[in-house]
Order: sequence, then structure tokens, then C-alpha cells
Amino acid sequence: MEMQQPEEGMLSPYRILDLADRKALLAGKVLGNFGADVIKIERPGGDPARDISPFYKDQAHPEKSLYWFYCNTSKRGITLDIAKPGGRELFKRLVKTADAIIESFEPGYMASLGLGYDDLCKIKPDVVMTSVSPFGQTGPYAHFKHSNLTTWSMGGQTYISGEPARQPIQRYLHQADFAGGLHGALGTMMALTHRDLSGQGQHVDVSIQQAVILTLMVYAEYWDVLKVVQRRTGRQYVTPRAAPYGPLTTRGVYPCKDGYIVSLGFRGGTAGHIAICEAIRAWGLSEGYMQEIKDYDFRQLNQSTISQAERDVLDNALAAFVLTKTKQELMDRAAAEELQFAPCNTVEDLFNSAHFRARGFWDQVVDHPELGDAFPYPGAPIDTSEGAWLVRRRAPLIGEHNDEIYVGELGLGREQFTALKANGII
Amino acid sequence: MNEPYQRKGILTGLKVIDFSWVGAGPQLGRELAAHGALVVRVESHKYPCILRLGPPFKDNVPGINRGAFGMCFNTGKYSVCLRLDKPKGRELAKKLIIWADVLTQSMTSDVMAGWGLDYEKVRQFKPDIIYYSTNQPGLTGPYRNFGGYGNHGAACAGFESVAGYPDLYPDFVPSAYTDFICPWFGLTALLGALAYKRRTGKGMLLDQSQWQAGANFLGPALLDYVVNGRIATPLANRDPQNCPQGVFRSRGEDRWVAIAVKDDEQWQAFCRVVAEEWTGDARFATFASRKENEDELEALVGRWTANRVAEDVMRLLQSAGVPAGMVQTTQDLVDHDPQVRHRRAFEWLEHKEIGLALHNTPAYRLSKTPHHLLKAGPIIGEDNEFVYREILGLTDDDIGDLYAEEVIDTEYDAPEIRKPNS
Repeated sequence: MEMQQPEEGMLSPYRILDLADRKALLAGKVLGNFGADVIKIERPGGDPARDISPFYKDQAHPEKSLYWFYCNTSKRGITLDIAKPGGRELFKRLVKTADAIIESFEPGYMASLGLGYDDLCKIKPDVVMTSVSPFGQTGPYAHFKHSNLTTWSMGGQTYISGEPARQPIQRYLHQADFAGGLHGALGTMMALTHRDLSGQGQHVDVSIQQAVILTLMVYAEYWDVLKVVQRRTGRQYVTPRAAPYGPLTTRGVYPCKDGYIVSLGFRGGTAGHIAICEAIRAWGLSEGYMQEIKDYDFRQLNQSTISQAERDVLDNALAAFVLTKTKQELMDRAAAEELQFAPCNTVEDLFNSAHFRARGFWDQVVDHPELGDAFPYPGAPIDTSEGAWLVRRRAPLIGEHNDEIYVGELGLGREQFTALKANGII
Repeated sequence: MNEPYQRKGILTGLKVIDFSWVGAGPQLGRELAAHGALVVRVESHKYPCILRLGPPFKDNVPGINRGAFGMCFNTGKYSVCLRLDKPKGRELAKKLIIWADVLTQSMTSDVMAGWGLDYEKVRQFKPDIIYYSTNQPGLTGPYRNFGGYGNHGAACAGFESVAGYPDLYPDFVPSAYTDFICPWFGLTALLGALAYKRRTGKGMLLDQSQWQAGANFLGPALLDYVVNGRIATPLANRDPQNCPQGVFRSRGEDRWVAIAVKDDEQWQAFCRVVAEEWTGDARFATFASRKENEDELEALVGRWTANRVAEDVMRLLQSAGVPAGMVQTTQDLVDHDPQVRHRRAFEWLEHKEIGLALHNTPAYRLSKTPHHLLKAGPIIGEDNEFVYREILGLTDDDIGDLYAEEVIDTEYDAPEIRKPNS
């Protein structure tokens, strides 16, 4: 068996069979980049997620999807039709050497093929099976159809996003799917931890809706404690307050000289925030701005009681000053003096970021020999001093490792292999 | 050891010392505690977690123990008051670190280093520590001293630049978004680090840059820039793969329903449900032609949904196999969603000052070792007795001294602006 692992990863001993579709591709990627041996199992002809844009040089082609490339790093790839009896048997043989199986079919589908958790236990008693689905394996919505937008909306994020005068909006790309995949990786690791400690496997049931609910910060609690529903507030953020004060609107996004920044503005309240307010004002005053708040006492600034008119004076003073500075100037000063100005970075800014470069975020250049090209991939979501996150191999081509796994590992004869191909099983 | 609560789950053998605060960091300890880990959260009245000072407060009355924000990321933890700015406090912190398997922290790089509690120092007296650090920039790099919240993290990671509408952006990304991506990457890595330690005996440093973790959720857009030079801008609710796809106004005040039609099969099903003449229009016959006439199509869909109840539209379309979902409010989720109730996504635990209060649960269910929420997010210092007496083995006299020296601080040591009755 050919292994191209550049170094021991923290998950190197684990083998994962990845049957997931676009809802949970990230699960296998995360485990693979941390070192697990992940085998992506696609239907013959390739997974439909290969059709997701963007594409390499904008050439729509199943072997050129950048979306697929990103979501399937560090996986080997085979094709297999598990719906056919012959395919099922091959899958069962693969299960014998697997630590975990990740799938995202409609709840009950695997069981209907005789490949449910209970069936797999008979083949490998301590196996972990992780099922990622939009709403969970059971319950009234268990069989609802999934689309990123619809499940994201059911999880409560759409309602709080967007301008008040316009339609609520989702977040860019497929954040519900990414969340579902990441919680799939986490749930799998929880179950593998238990298996290592006790010898017992189990079934992990991930709900994408719940993964989205976990991004709602404190808004479910707002409803629980105060019966206040968080709404979308556009470029501002709104602090719900009881009568007689009423909701307080504070600016969040400020235009600057060459783009935008996010600032929570002059907030007061704690010693740390008072110091930030005073440092920002000192900078403004030194350049002739913020005269209207030069004597303002930030120690008495209280977001719970401040009037909207007073809030606006503070925000406008900051806005006028920020407009004279670039993103870079604001960020440099914020990092040096803890002013909490954050640039609204574009993807280009991230690629050119000196900070990202210094931390090695763009260091790994991944070869795509069939494209005659090599290009850098985004780096680690967390850097580790041992067993680093790495793109251990580029995403697999369709059926790229069929030979390696079916012939090399399972020991299928050449003729058998050819027959399986002819029958559309591989 | 005389422990006040009975922990249950996979990780009952794991001990965690939690120096993290605000949003991203504390969620790791919360999830570990939900699976049985013994998590001690170090706090102080002098420098409390900022979330303890923010709303929502019970009955709208502020108080360091009255807020759900300070509570909700700390479910199942033991809270101890310990002043790390005092030398004696740091000595006790070292004892707790030696006791623990895992350390978590979420301050900027110079804070722990200033206390002699950075990874290099800690491993000198605890060589196999698993040291998890999360903050905006990470521990190294030119902006390593940048301090901020998840709101800043979202902007730095690129989310603002793609938030909004094609003709109006960037929008402010709500809910400090990166704070709710980072913990799950962090936990997966932390469990990996524990597996690695089981094999090798070695601990490690986990250094999370929240900007890097967040940017990974924009991965395909980053590659699109690297390869094609394209700078992503907002698409609002559209998706190149679906049509019609959108969020449509429905009956009621500010009520909406999301619909996403993928292919011809779903389009035919959608047309059968809608059963209006325009669905047969030649302009909408193929995916390509639907995309070409997307504005018009969306307007017609919106007219169809406008006088219908969002939940009815969802159920009608779902029963025909078309992805559709209500744009749910937090009220819908907490009070009405039958699926949320079925999974017990929220659990209500008795909090000493707030009363029965909502707490989140993990997004996954484990069939044989279910999570167990030990107790509500603690009021500050509620477990001083347990930690000082049972874990550190101190006597009454020792503990009395610590109070006298304000190493264990109380509400009377809070800054002037937060003193009781001030």
C-alpha cells in the first residue's frame, strides 16, 4: 500500500471511510489533515459535489472544482455503488479495517441497505458510525430535504442577518454544511476517544440545524431570559433594552479611506474599555478630530442607559476620523495599542496578509500534476507543536485509488476488478 | 475527593484548568464538561469575564451573576476566584496546572506570558501539558497583540467582505461569528492531541488563530482568489447551483420562508405544489432559462408565498421533496420547533440567581455515552470550597489567609464602578 504521509499526524492510526456528500465533506477533510487515513467513497462517475463552483480557471469540469479540491484534501478516493449487492459486500470488507464511517444519506438509508450501525457492528464490533443529517436521525423533521439555505434558516441565523429594510440573508458559501461537517469531525473524535478508552464503538448522530443553533451566540438566551427576539440590524448592532430606554443602535461597520472596518466604537463600562476609548480619542484629538467629545467622561458611559442621541454623537465622531485612515493604518495602530479596529478583509487581503504569511498560513503549495500546476492552500485552523495540520495529498480524482485499495489492499484479482467495473459497481 | 456533583460521560478521567474568557475559549471547556471532564474555571471579581457584565440580565437588573451571557458558555464548570495578578495566586495556579491534563486560555499572547504561564514556562513544571490557546491573531506574528471579539474576528477572517447584498455591502456579521467556528476546530484538535498523548506520552501546544480558523470557512473562495484572481463579493441568498433559491416574504409581521430548488426534478415538484399558470412558462422550462430569468421567477415565487404562512409553505414543499424551511426566530426555536424539542437541543438548568435557565447542548448525540449537563453555568466563585479544599488540599487557615490577602477575591474587591450598591 502506497502511503504518502509526510509526517506522523495526531490522528495517523485512524482509518475513516467517508461516504458523506456535500453536507459533511469537511468532516473527513479535518480528520485527514490531522493525519487520519481517509478514504472518500464516491458513487461511480463521481460525487455531485464535483459540480460545485468555483472551478480551476473557470473551466466547469468534475476534476476541476476548487470547492471539491478544498473540501477533500488529504483523502484517497475510490468509487463504489453501495446500493448494489456486490458493492455492499465490498463495503463490508472495507469496514473491517475502518475505525469510523462518516455518512450523510437520508436517515435510514444505510439501514435499508443492510449497512446500518447495527449491521456494521456485526462486521466490526467497535466501529464508530457518524451520521450527519440536516435535523438528526429521528424526530418530526428527520426526513426533511436539505439545502444549505433552508437548514441555515431553520437554525435561526438567516433571521438575524441582513438589513432591516430588506430580506434576511444567509452567510456566504455553505456555512451550514461546513458547520455540519466540522461537528461531524468532532463527534467522530469524541466517539473514537471513548472507543480507545473503553473498547466500545457507537453511533454518532449530528444535526446540522443544531450546529447552526450553536452559532447564535446568546440570542436563544435573550429569548429565554427577557423574551426579546434578536432581529437583523444591518451595519449596526442593536442592544435590546427595557423601557424606558428602549433598543440602542450602535454602529458596527465604518467606511475608512480604502474600504471598511468593524469597530464596536466607544463602549466604556469596564476599565479596559475605558482605556480603549481614551486611547482612540487621544489619537483623534492629536489630528484635530473628535473635538465634540474632547471632554466626554467615558467612565460614566453606560450602554444600558445612554440615550440614542448621545450614542450617535460618539459614533459620528469616530466615523469622521476613521474616514481619514486606511485599513492598514487602523489595524497597525489597533494591534499596537489595543484599539479594537478590525479591517473588513477581502480574500485578497487575506492572501497578502503579512500576519498570515508570518504564521505560515500560505506556506503549503499543493501539486496538481494533472493540471500542470501547483498553488498554495489555506493553512491551519489551529497550529500545533506536534502532528501538524497539513494537506497530506490533494483531493482525489474520480476512482484514483481504486487499484491501490481494491487490488493492492483487498487483494481482488484483476478479472474480478474488471468485472466489478463492467457491472457499474466500481 | 468530595465532589459536589456526579460527573458522567466519556471524559470523566480528564481534568481541565480553564483560564479562558469571553466567547470562543470557554466553549471548549463547556463541551468537555458535557462529556464528564472536571473543568475548573479561574476567574476574579477584579478582572471578571466581560460577558458577566453584559446583558441579558434576569429581570433586566444588572449583576455579575445575573447575566445569561456570562453563564451560557460555562455550563458544567466549577468556578474558582483566584487573582493571577498576585504572586501567591500564580503559585496556586501552577498547582492547578500540575493537577490538570489540559489548560485552556484565550487572552492575547502577552498576558499569560506576563504571568509566567505561557506554554514554554508551563512545560517546565508540567512537561506533558496539553496547552490550548485561542485568540484573534494566534500567539505569533506581527499582529500578535491584537485584542478583540468575535465581531472583529469575523471581519479579519473575511466574512464582512462577503456579507450583504450585491449592491450593498459589507454588512456587520451578527453573532461574533468566528467565536462559533473556532471551538469546534479546537476541540477536534484537542481530542487529537489527547490521542497523540495516549500513544506517545507527549503533550503539545495548540495555538489557534481565530482569523485562520474563520478563514477556513471561506476556503473555496480563498482558492478562487489564489487560482482565478477573483475577489469574492456577496451573493445574498443566491447560489449558482440552485434556482429559484431565496428567502421569500410570507404572511405575518416580518415572516419569511427559505426555498431552494436544485434540479428539474425538484422544479417539477415545486410546480405541482404551486399549481399556478406561470410555472408552465417556457422561460422557466430549463435550469439555464430559470437562471436567466431569475429576478422575474423570484418575484413570482414571492407573490405565491406572500399570503401563506411560512410553516405551511415549508410543509407543503417538503412533503413534495423540495427543500424549504421557515426563517426561524429564536422564539420559534425555543418555544415551538418540534425537532428542537425532540432532540432536547436546549436543556433548562437551575441557576442560583437566574433560576431555571436555557443551556445549549452538543450538536451530536452519542448512542451509548450521552452527554450530561452537570450544572448551570456557575456564579462567580461558587466552587471556591471544592477547589481549594478538595483539589488543592488547603486548610481553613490557608483559605482564610487567601481571602485576607485578596488572592481569593470577593465582590468587595470589584472596581468602584461595580461595587455592590454603588
